[in-house]
Amino acid sequence: MAQKIESSLKNMIASLFLITFGAGLSLAFVQHITKEPIAQAHLQKQIDAISAVVPQFNNNPLTDSQTIAVGDDSLTVYTAKQDDAIVGYAVLSSTNSGFGGLVQVMVGFNPDGTIYNTSVVSHQETPGLGDQMTTEKFRSQFKGFDCKSQKATVKKDGGDVDAITAATISSRAFCKTIRTAYNAYAQITNNTTDTDGDSGATKHN
Amino acid sequence: MADIKNLTRGIIKENPAFVLLLGMCPTLGVTTSGTNGLGMGLATMFVLILSNFFISLLKNVIPDKVRIPSFIVIIASFVTIVQLLMEAYVPSLFEQLGLYIPLIVVNCIILGRAESFASKNGIVDSIFDGVGMGLGFTLALTILGLLREILGAGTVFGYDFLGLLGVENPKTMLVFILPPGAFLVLAYIIAIIRKQ
Repeated sequence: MAQKIESSLKNMIASLFLITFGAGLSLAFVQHITKEPIAQAHLQKQIDAISAVVPQFNNNPLTDSQTIAVGDDSLTVYTAKQDDAIVGYAVLSSTNSGFGGLVQVMVGFNPDGTIYNTSVVSHQETPGLGDQMTTEKFRSQFKGFDCKSQKATVKKDGGDVDAITAATISSRAFCKTIRTAYNAYAQITNNTTDTDGDSGATKHN
Repeated sequence: MADIKNLTRGIIKENPAFVLLLGMCPTLGVTTSGTNGLGMGLATMFVLILSNFFISLLKNVIPDKVRIPSFIVIIASFVTIVQLLMEAYVPSLFEQLGLYIPLIVVNCIILGRAESFASKNGIVDSIFDGVGMGLGFTLALTILGLLREILGAGTVFGYDFLGLLGVENPKTMLVFILPPGAFLVLAYIIAIIRKQ
């Protein structure tokens, strides 16, 4: 084997330069080849979340979306359509009041205002406790939930939602995203009803 | 010459997590389930093998006085590569392990093996060492994750095996999923290994 090179200033600068140069090149290369799949994965995740919470649709909700201001937050509402008839709205709702911070929930509404399904997009809740908000067991109680006649708060706060055992804060955060989402949904549909009222048209056409 | 001992040593006798007690941060942090433990172990093994290989290859052109910065640059590059690849091709696992992937850079197993083994030994031996230590770490994390998952959630790799056995709504001990459970399970495993 060759003799180990001496720690002279010249050698140190040269070898560090070569190593960082090589590292930079390989990182640029990997970044280049993974850029597309990463963007794809992010997109796929959003589409998956939308498909999970609204009935079957055949348009592209990502392009058919609008931003609605609720309070000082702005939410994105995706409209799902099957052959141009609206089958549901998916609202990406979020709150910072989770136990571990940000909780993002995709909430899907039927055109009649009841919830079709929900899906947790991202959260940092405690594993085993708060993260049970992602389970079917907790979320299934929101299927068909009607925010007009039912209160989307936990029973402890006088609402209609069974909180997760030992994770009331996470449950509250989840309920908050539902309420925010419903506000956004209500704004959208009010607008739609207004225009419909003006033209005298109904959605059934 | 290449020695098979370098391969087997890391798995049990010098297991990085259970015997050398290196890399405790990911060991305790990510092992909330068997899948997480396995994923973290494999990601670490990948980085360990590649960094051992490159450091062994370059050991004669890296002057002693700048060896640590050089090692870190090499290790950090591989970690970033792993991170990008995971984000692109296994986004769900990437989301679970999230924060812990960049932390592989400062995992003392990797720098430790680079400094104490790869920078003094041949390429084949270093790869063997990386594979062995990586397997040992993966094994340790998977065992720890599985035990915590069984005790805390009643599932194995996410499968509800108790349900298959006909047990409905098992009473599980949540504490094993939470951080204290990691310390408890690790302590028992180490105690059993040390008993010999």
